[in-house]
Amino acid sequence: MIDMEKLIGIIIASSLINNVVLSQFLGICPFLGVSKKVKTAAGMGGAVVFVITISSAVAAVIYNFILEPNGLEYLQTIVFILVIAALVQFVEMFLKKFVKGLYKALGVYLPLITTNCAVLGVALTNVQKSYDVLESTVNGFATAAGFMLSIVLMAGIRERIEGNDIPESFKGTPIVLVSAGLMAIAFIGFLGL
Amino acid sequence: MNKCTERIYNGVIRENPTFVMMLGMCPTLAVTTSAFGGFGMGLTTTVVLVMSNLVISLMRRIIPDGVRIPAFIVVVATLVTIVQLLLAAYIPVLNDMLGIYIPLIVVNCIILGRAEAYASKNPPLLSVMDGIGMGLGFTLGLTLIGFFRELLGAGSVFGYEFIPEDYRISILVMAPGAFFVLAFIVAARNKLMNEKEEDACTGMCAGCPSADKCGALKEGVND
Repeated sequence: MIDMEKLIGIIIASSLINNVVLSQFLGICPFLGVSKKVKTAAGMGGAVVFVITISSAVAAVIYNFILEPNGLEYLQTIVFILVIAALVQFVEMFLKKFVKGLYKALGVYLPLITTNCAVLGVALTNVQKSYDVLESTVNGFATAAGFMLSIVLMAGIRERIEGNDIPESFKGTPIVLVSAGLMAIAFIGFLGL
Repeated sequence: MNKCTERIYNGVIRENPTFVMMLGMCPTLAVTTSAFGGFGMGLTTTVVLVMSNLVISLMRRIIPDGVRIPAFIVVVATLVTIVQLLLAAYIPVLNDMLGIYIPLIVVNCIILGRAEAYASKNPPLLSVMDGIGMGLGFTLGLTLIGFFRELLGAGSVFGYEFIPEDYRISILVMAPGAFFVLAFIVAARNKLMNEKEEDACTGMCAGCPSADKCGALKEGVND
């Protein structure tokens, strides 16, 4: 029996209330680096949704059916990072061969994702909260959707900021960080949900 | 200057990972709600960094070039696991405080960056000194950010309160405060650097002309 209520709770909590970027601080580098244009931000977001959803499912299967029954929980960090690195390579090859359209849209962002700490972060959070495979997959998808939401919003803001008169020292990263802080304040509002 | 002390000076001042290179931003923002949190995270990262630099430097002639990045990742992940288990056993306070950010040291780009840029090309002693320098620089950066956030946000320093409740800016210890404090620090750095020279590092290595000269990973934007 699938507990729909719990799943919906996970989706809201992971995508909005505990937004990966704005309240967990995972995936800050792509958030700052690839958010200049809405189009590229959406591409990066799409690639992240794709990879995190698959990797959290695979990591959960490995943890629940191989590591835990054999008492090998302490290997989780090593196993997860290797699985993620291999998976990204595999996804890239698969898309290149079979889904050319998607590869063209997401291809350039895929290699950058291995070191996106949100991917490993989600896999570890799933273990910490002892989610089963389905819940882990849903949590992975929701977290990644939250990432996509915030990076696309950020890119929208940055496109507007560009023409503004910003103090010399605040140009570039600082003004982006200030905007991110203001977005984080807005996201605190979701705590009321 | 002696080669070993030069490495430490380089890590703490000239190529400071937090203020100059802007590497490892995730832990920088996440665990700096207090000076102690920043200090603990910095020291934990230093331990991993020194050990990984030593191991990778010792293995630099054995690891084939084609698989060096996966090999580095396995070495770092193993060391992080060891450190995590040690922390859980002997310093549970720190383990609970840093939580998920300890295993996430694996994907901290300072560690892979130093492995790739320094330890894989230099002898063990110098690599260890490089690790100590970079680690201390990171610890200094995190402790400073944590110090400001704790002082202004919670009115205390290392847990000792001395600013009355009415005068605290509590947003600084919440999530948005991390972005604001970092924004002001980067702005201050930009100001200093703009006065010194024009080609300051923007923190974004993609598109930076001196990207391959600096210690950041060549693979682009990452953490």
